[in-house]
Amino acid sequence: MDAMPRELSYSQAIQEAMAIAMEADERVFLMGEDIGVYGGAFQVTGDLVERFGADRVMDTPISELGGAGVAVGAALTGMRPIFEFQFSDFATLAMEQIVNQAAKMRFMLGGEVSVPVVMRFPAGSGTGAAAQHSQSLEAWLGHVPGLKVIQPATPHDAKGMLLAAVADPDPVMIFEHKLLYKMKGHVPEGHYTVPIGKAEIRREGSDLTIVATSIMVHKALEAAETLSGEGIDIEVVDLRTIRPMDKATIIESVKKTSRLLCVYEAVKTLGIGAEVSATIAESDAFDYLDAPIVRLGGAETPVPYNPELEKATVPQVPDIVTAARDLVRGKR
Amino acid sequence: MATARKLADETHSNLPFAYRHYGPDELKEVLRKMYLIRRFEEGAEDSYMRGLIHGTMHLSIGQEASAMGICMPLTAEDQITSTHRGHGHCIAKGADVKRMFAEFFGKTTGYCKGRGGSMHIADVSMGNLGANGIVAGGIPIAVGAALSAKKLKNGKVVVSFFGDGANNEGAFHEALNMASIWKLPVIFVCENNGYGMSTSTARSTAVKNIADRAAAYSMPGVIVNGNIFSEVAEASHAAVERARAGEGPTLIESKTYRYRGHSKSDRNRYRSKEEIEDWISNRDPIMLFEADLKEFGIIDDKGIEAIREAVRAEIEAGIEFAKASPSPDTADLQEFVYTEPA
Ligand SMILES: Cc1ncc(C[n+]2csc(CCOP(=O)(O)OP(=O)(O)O)c2C)c(N)n1
Ligand SMILES: [Mg+2]
Repeated sequence: MDAMPRELSYSQAIQEAMAIAMEADERVFLMGEDIGVYGGAFQVTGDLVERFGADRVMDTPISELGGAGVAVGAALTGMRPIFEFQFSDFATLAMEQIVNQAAKMRFMLGGEVSVPVVMRFPAGSGTGAAAQHSQSLEAWLGHVPGLKVIQPATPHDAKGMLLAAVADPDPVMIFEHKLLYKMKGHVPEGHYTVPIGKAEIRREGSDLTIVATSIMVHKALEAAETLSGEGIDIEVVDLRTIRPMDKATIIESVKKTSRLLCVYEAVKTLGIGAEVSATIAESDAFDYLDAPIVRLGGAETPVPYNPELEKATVPQVPDIVTAARDLVRGKR
Repeated sequence: MATARKLADETHSNLPFAYRHYGPDELKEVLRKMYLIRRFEEGAEDSYMRGLIHGTMHLSIGQEASAMGICMPLTAEDQITSTHRGHGHCIAKGADVKRMFAEFFGKTTGYCKGRGGSMHIADVSMGNLGANGIVAGGIPIAVGAALSAKKLKNGKVVVSFFGDGANNEGAFHEALNMASIWKLPVIFVCENNGYGMSTSTARSTAVKNIADRAAAYSMPGVIVNGNIFSEVAEASHAAVERARAGEGPTLIESKTYRYRGHSKSDRNRYRSKEEIEDWISNRDPIMLFEADLKEFGIIDDKGIEAIREAVRAEIEAGIEFAKASPSPDTADLQEFVYTEPA
């Protein structure tokens, strides 16, 4: 009899990936604020300091710019640091080192160096943490050539993509939605990787393609389930990587369904949805469209504290259901 | 409080600063406000546990003398910038606990109309430019406010509160340097409670005292026992005088301790129960202040009881006000993103 597939939470999956990477390679080490005895603000590093010691699970002072820069410098010179930001919002303090240094160093030096740094960013709203602790800034970094930017949506992918990131010779930025940390799912034992730059079709369907990222993948799947009861057959594409984007998978899916809805938590304008939409508009899939492309993204506002307002700033399942139904029923 | 009778005379010249400088009514008001801060935070914590408040919060229980002492020489026009651990600063600067509770409950009657919550609590009418979710985020802002004061020649002084952890952010260093070269009327107040989250200053900071940083920016660096109201107030008065006289900034390091965990998700693994107990039992700022007040004959047990009772009633009324207040309408999501056209 087969054993039940092993389940881990999203944060446990990340922790396991970091442990495997550290076991396998002396050069891998962790840096971040309160990742040692505290275990990380979201308990992702947990007890790793007990296993690997404070030299490999390094608490930094509250110094995001300097800390990220130190990680970049170490990566440049033979180490494999994994740097944890306590909240993705604090990437704003470290932009200089990420955008001007890490992303461009290999290019500026004519390919003489590489920067195999991994940075992890707990992201998103839904925790009542208000405007400076709830943002989704992945598209900011997605705009920068030289960086790779990923958003795993499941525990399985969180582990496999982190291991792929550690093996990657270039800087990889991982955006982890805080509300996913406790989500459980099947996670294989041992070492495996999930490729960066490859989207995944989570649900096959023929009437509409929903391209979603991170937590929105789950909301899209829920909406698809609801609408299947109404005879609407939705395909859900989990983008997984926003740079480099897997355009082929999106194009293929839209050619099949002839309709596209993009769902993401970040502020709607100038974001991932624009890129996905343009990908279709610029491709031969454009000729297959039976309806205008629709984007569902975050409201054009900072994230408010009040819980009802906070919920209203990001797409919720009923919003997706309505948008998808309208698209398929020709109300758009 | 101009009406308050001063204790100061020949016979009292050996008393600590606060008991020479302030009259009994002012000192009793300080005690009342220290209780108001503590009970406010206990009330907020309790409401959080009951699920009436969401998100997280950072309690300053144990640090009340620091907030009160620093704010004593400030006028209602003077300004402060505060931190994620900012409830005490807000109350010390004159905020109404009703509107603070309303903010924590996410209501439109709150100081930020339910948009900010605990981490962004502010009372602009009393010169509190806001708590801040970004460590060290308020420090350059305070310097900017001091620059305004200097340019506008309005005589205002600005206080920037921040924690020990903030002293390792670039913003801290850049801000102190500019305040010094431009001789701005700003006071940097580091409330050193020993830890930035789980990381002790010994592990995070290359100098022994945060005040040692002042030397690098050619300003006075003053260390006070942050749990002794009088010591804090004395240092604040000196720094405010210096700032108003146009002589430039001061860095005050107020050494204190937080009793509660960093936030609502702290397992307290980085410090011992004994350490926490020691501070609570032996160095509590309210206990120490009460003992002094009694010793100097300013208040008796009955007087203390009356203050506690009044504070209890004010907290209860504050929570009731918050509960009864309306929530914002989701139709108003876009409000305050930009300045509304006049
Ligand atoms: C730029 C930035 N980095 C990290 C954090 C997360 N964080 C919030 S409070 C805190 C500790 C701050 O320590 P300290 O300055 O000593 O203030 P205390 O909490 O002790 O009052 C940390 C790391 C943050 N809010 N902003
Ligand atoms: Mg501290």
